Amino acid sequence: MENIGGNKIEMTIADLLPKTIAKKEDGWRLSQICSTSLDGKYELSYSFAKDMEYDIFRLVIDHDDVVPSITSVYSAAFLIENELKELFGVKIERIGIDFDNKLYRINEETPFK
Amino acid sequence: MANVKRSPWLLHYDGSSCNGCDIEVLACTTPVYDVERFGVVNTGDPFHADIFLITGGINSQNKEVVEQIYSQMPSPKVVVAVGTCACTGGVFKECYNILGGVDTVIPVDIYVPGCAARPESIIDGVVKAVALFQEKADAMDSKK
Amino acid sequence: MGKRSVVPFGPHHPVLPEPIHLDLVLEDETVIEAVPSIGYIHRGLETLVKKKDYKQYVYVVERICGICSFMHGMGYCESIEHVMNVEVPVRAKYLRTIWAELSRIHSHLLWLGLFADAFGFESLFMHSWRLREKILDMFEYSTGGRVIFSVNTVGGVLKDMPNEMLTKFVKMLDEMDGELRKVTGVFLNDYTVNSRLRDVGFLTYEKAWELGAVGPMGKASGLNVDMRQRKYAAYGDLDFTPITSNVGDCYARTDVRIQEIFQSIDLIRQAVAKIPEGPIATDVKGTPNGEYFMRVEQPRGEAVFYTRGNGSMYLDRARIRTPTFANIPALLETLKGAQLADVPLLVLTIDPCISCTER
Repeated sequence: MENIGGNKIEMTIADLLPKTIAKKEDGWRLSQICSTSLDGKYELSYSFAKDMEYDIFRLVIDHDDVVPSITSVYSAAFLIENELKELFGVKIERIGIDFDNKLYRINEETPFK
Repeated sequence: MANVKRSPWLLHYDGSSCNGCDIEVLACTTPVYDVERFGVVNTGDPFHADIFLITGGINSQNKEVVEQIYSQMPSPKVVVAVGTCACTGGVFKECYNILGGVDTVIPVDIYVPGCAARPESIIDGVVKAVALFQEKADAMDSKK
Repeated sequence: MGKRSVVPFGPHHPVLPEPIHLDLVLEDETVIEAVPSIGYIHRGLETLVKKKDYKQYVYVVERICGICSFMHGMGYCESIEHVMNVEVPVRAKYLRTIWAELSRIHSHLLWLGLFADAFGFESLFMHSWRLREKILDMFEYSTGGRVIFSVNTVGGVLKDMPNEMLTKFVKMLDEMDGELRKVTGVFLNDYTVNSRLRDVGFLTYEKAWELGAVGPMGKASGLNVDMRQRKYAAYGDLDFTPITSNVGDCYARTDVRIQEIFQSIDLIRQAVAKIPEGPIATDVKGTPNGEYFMRVEQPRGEAVFYTRGNGSMYLDRARIRTPTFANIPALLETLKGAQLADVPLLVLTIDPCISCTER
């Protein structure tokens, strides 16, 4: 397998929340969420860390797809999810503390899209 | 205000700087460089400040903060832009959220170049600012 | 029940070197909730990958933050090197380790000073910064720069440190030892300082883990999050035990950082004893194609550098998740139930680097 600094696990939108809950129960901490805009799609990477291990959930979605927020599992994800929403325009549902695109308060709309 | 240059108070605000110039400004007030030997005192309150040191470029959100701090300072006042970002926008000029150097929102009197600006050049800028401050104060007096 | 009021904290506040804004919901003098609003330093430099090629981008990454500038450059370069399968010469790895550990000492001393200033002990601030200048002298001596010294490049480092210089640095650090112990001793033993730090801002192990705290913030609550155990650069050859504490208050976080200063000095000593002769950089040809998540331990904790290349000179994406970004939820947690007078102390205790957070 190609080494990308951790184990890449392909994911679907429906699987995201159950698999995230399983990770938390297993004692992993949330490290980061990253989005990349590629050919009209978003590629989301949710990474989890446990000791020195690193697992990455890879989710490829269209611009119109709606992703559930994981703040109900890891409450600390609210900052990253607000960032993805404001800078990329990823549609994320039910974020714990939703800044409603007012986190960075930039003039330009979704500059990373 | 005959000898106001002997004790000008200094205010520092971080625009969107990377911290490099900020810590150099702070380093100027600590033992090795010690800008306070020129009578300068570092204050946190714009209402007491005479010289405004600003680091980093201007972005869409801190624009109002900078304008507000500038308007709160009593006249006469001197603005010093510290570092390349504060002068022109620097390496971040092409970023979507950077409007440019400090002179895009408030008038700047003295430009201190460098990335990060060295303490020696910051002190040089402050000394020039102190002289300019006296000049502005004298001009205000003669108008009365 | 007291009357509720909202007190704005920042963006321009005497204790903060950088702007961040918090809305503090108070009941009498007790903080019930804190709502952050950031963005005063947001530049959007991650978009610059489209305008600068992957080698030029090193200079942008180094300017994310002036305090851990070197480690940002190092993390980015190592990430690209993994994507491109470049093997860095061993001497370059050791040089990176030495500069990284010097950066850690400089950053922790800087923080100790600012922290002392936050609880109103100004002469301690001056002493910490006086010692920090000696580390900056070493940077200036070896690279020419003081805070941003740009010695990283994809494939190695740009400048070599001759062995005589390295032994001289070790001697300088040995000479600093006594003074360092004297100054840090005040933080750990002084009665007045202790009364400000002990039992303030507790963060339990469970909360620290759940909120994803990293660096000294997590370590002081007992989390094993020291990324140097991943053996990047030359850390695999060096002997060290990660420092943790299980108390989780402001005192423990100060203690962890102080112990890390001495640990860094020890790591530099080991690295100087083991550094081999050889080239300091390899020639890198071609373009990155692929992706990599690189994690490095910065003074503030784990930083994640994600780079993705598409086979051209310009990357598709560079994402930097900085340690302060991960520590903000933990900060909001410690603020709940704190006294208004302790708020500056608690904000400083995560070692905030706002320009890192907002990029």
